[in-house]
Amino acid sequence: MSIQTLFYIAGRLIKGLLVLFVIAIFNFFLIRAAPGDPAKVMAGEAGAADEVFLQQLREQFGLDQPLYYQLWVYISNLVQFDMGQTYRQQMPVFDLIMDRLPATLLLTGTAFVLSLGLGVLVGVIAASNHRKWIDSAISVAALVFYATPLFWLALMAVLLFSVFLGWLPAFGMETVGANYTGWDRVVDIAEHLVLPAMTLGLFFTAVYARMTRTSMIETGRADFVKTAKAKGMSPARVTFRHTLRNALLPVVTLAGLQAGQMIGGAVLTETVFAWPGIGRLMFEALFQRDYNLLLGVFFISSAMVVLFNLVTDIIYCLVDPRIELTK
Amino acid sequence: MNPVLKVEDLSIRLPVGADRPYAVNKLSYSLYPGEILCVVGESGSGKSMTANAVMGLLPKAIQVDKGAIIFDGKDLISLEEKRARDLRGNRISMIFQEPMTALNPLMRVEDQIGEVFLIHSNLSKQQRKARTLELLKDVGLPDPEKAMRVYPHQLSGGQRQRVMIAMALALEPSILIADEPTTALDVTTQAQILHLIKELQRKHGTAVMFITHDFGVVAEIADRVVVMQYGDMVEIGSREQVLNQPQHPYTKKLIAAVPPLSAPDREIEDRAGQKPALSVKSLCKTYVSPGGWFKPARTVHAAQDVSFDLYRGETLGLVGESGSGKSTVSRCIVRLLDADSGEILLGGSAIQDLDHKALVPFRKQIQMVFQDPYASLNPRKTVGRIIADGPIAQGVPVAEAMDRARELLKLVELPETALERYPHEFSGGQRQRVGIARALAHNPQVLVADEAISALDVSVQAQILELIDTLKKKLNLAVLFVVHDLRVAAQVCDRVIVMQHGKIVEAGDTKAVFEDPQHTYTQNLIASIPGADWRSEHQPTAVGQPA
Repeated sequence: MSIQTLFYIAGRLIKGLLVLFVIAIFNFFLIRAAPGDPAKVMAGEAGAADEVFLQQLREQFGLDQPLYYQLWVYISNLVQFDMGQTYRQQMPVFDLIMDRLPATLLLTGTAFVLSLGLGVLVGVIAASNHRKWIDSAISVAALVFYATPLFWLALMAVLLFSVFLGWLPAFGMETVGANYTGWDRVVDIAEHLVLPAMTLGLFFTAVYARMTRTSMIETGRADFVKTAKAKGMSPARVTFRHTLRNALLPVVTLAGLQAGQMIGGAVLTETVFAWPGIGRLMFEALFQRDYNLLLGVFFISSAMVVLFNLVTDIIYCLVDPRIELTK
Repeated sequence: MNPVLKVEDLSIRLPVGADRPYAVNKLSYSLYPGEILCVVGESGSGKSMTANAVMGLLPKAIQVDKGAIIFDGKDLISLEEKRARDLRGNRISMIFQEPMTALNPLMRVEDQIGEVFLIHSNLSKQQRKARTLELLKDVGLPDPEKAMRVYPHQLSGGQRQRVMIAMALALEPSILIADEPTTALDVTTQAQILHLIKELQRKHGTAVMFITHDFGVVAEIADRVVVMQYGDMVEIGSREQVLNQPQHPYTKKLIAAVPPLSAPDREIEDRAGQKPALSVKSLCKTYVSPGGWFKPARTVHAAQDVSFDLYRGETLGLVGESGSGKSTVSRCIVRLLDADSGEILLGGSAIQDLDHKALVPFRKQIQMVFQDPYASLNPRKTVGRIIADGPIAQGVPVAEAMDRARELLKLVELPETALERYPHEFSGGQRQRVGIARALAHNPQVLVADEAISALDVSVQAQILELIDTLKKKLNLAVLFVVHDLRVAAQVCDRVIVMQHGKIVEAGDTKAVFEDPQHTYTQNLIASIPGADWRSEHQPTAVGQPA
């Protein structure tokens, strides 16, 4: 990697930090613009809703201060890597997020690998059988999964595989009270993982399949594919050494988008399957108007998007020699 | 001598709904060892079909109907696919028209050539590397060691074609098929590549099937010639025979359409005292590729201090190779691009700094005909609307503009019924006529033709050139003719300007420039024209006599 490329990456990181700063401010106002009051929610849950108690709670969280002052406190804490305390659990927001992060990454990471691998494979099969029945079948299936709402699919999967067939657990990440250890625990978690990962991954599988198929067919008409055939290569070799590598370039862009959503993009799935990850954390924080926690999740999600945008560009530069990261 | 390849009664069927049932019809010819056989024809003549059939590269929808292609005692048509693959790239290899796209952009040159050895031989990695390096030396790439490690985009078009040739000749094939290998290249590069093919062919005794539409190239390289028309072979014979004593009327017509290299005598008008229709003074345009935070910007001087005058009733040729800046200049003049400095005087008024609104009345006076007739007409509009849209935008009532469009169609020799039809219903030449009518709809004084004929077949070229010439005289137009083809420039231009690297290196009356070029670059350009020796005499029947 050339020195210019390193400079470029450093420059992009600095720009990324600026972007994050702006996003943080924007998030802050966005949340305050929504109706609701964390003090009221908490007081309501505590069963004591008199004005004095509310006032006390607001003072405790600093919510009685003017908005600009709260923003100042939030931002100045943030630049010191302090995301504050959650209102409810009275835990540092960062710790709570880190606590939930592995579960989310396990789910979204599995879905990512699964959808990318399966999507590309299916796309290649469809393209290699262009205009035959298998191509049509794949295209129709991809369209169906592309168009079906995620949560509905999740519910149907639970109904089929858990309720009727009883093959897979319907919710959670581990069997409660089983206290598995070692390999048993891995198997247990894997079983719990199947349905949510499938649900989450199917949409992107469909997207990758469609994109790979189109891209393969288009690249298959390229002159260099003709050159490869003229060299006397077998069709399989032409497909994998020449067509596929070139056809995957647009898929990389899309994969970067999906990777950026790995933290914040599983809210629905995690909620439906009671998966103890960040998505559900965010869902709960939303209902409790836990501003600090919400802001924390938002911030980490945005940081991931910014980071993966950069990673995508770097990967692009590695797989396509025509692109130089020096602009 | 036994032929190395024998095409016997070959018919290739086109899919239902094509303009004719057969791509090639009952074709028979032989290719002998050590000869260069040129297959010539216009687009759609089926000249590439046989080559693609030999290589097993025919599109799925197109099938060989009957006949045989005999190579080494075996019929390539009925040969098992796996065994045919063993021959491809090994005993028979092929190079293509577009060097820019014919190489895999993601693989290093070394790996792309090495692949041929990988498939067809059991050379070790080291041996493959050594052979590849040798090949790159053979095809004359500068710094072959470095060329091994580069990607295609780091090479120029000519260098890429050299890589393709190296790849094709890797295993010393008996037959090399070259499908328009120099069409996409500049004339000086073309001369080098033709020379290289000929040299390597002599050295290895390879039989070459050379497919081209360019009779200049035929004159330069062919031993024997096959002429194709609508899928039929209309003539076959030695180069001298076909070029100098063509028998078939179609061959005669094609050859007559090739402009001779020398410029005809022209009256040189004294322009002193006349006011130029267009005057360009010290035009400069520099492209700066945006530098990054840490990267220096790269600059390309596309136009440096370009000055010329253009008078009504004359054709001025702007000649140069790709990257010479000729298109930049023409685009600056019609204000599709903004020049950095300099003056553009249209009928005496400076237009280079006018804003969009102030420019409107001047737009009428200068119009452009574009290069690609297939891409420059809106496919969703009728020809009538395409022609009338400009005047309508300028405020002419619709009915009046359509009447005018009808007249213009007559002027460009298209039937009036074309008015209600769409561009896809017309051939390339007809579309270019529509393009010209569109440009003339405003009654311009200056017509800029940017490579307006280079996408067309040679016989169609002649007709369009004739049309532009007639219109020029009829309407007293000032024509700026941007062109890379020197033969064309010699025929149609009163004066020429030769550009290189954004600068004018030579300017003068066409005849003077062609007969006695002063600048070395101009001399080099003229010397590079293929078939320069053939038909250097001017024949008055050449241009504008569509038989």
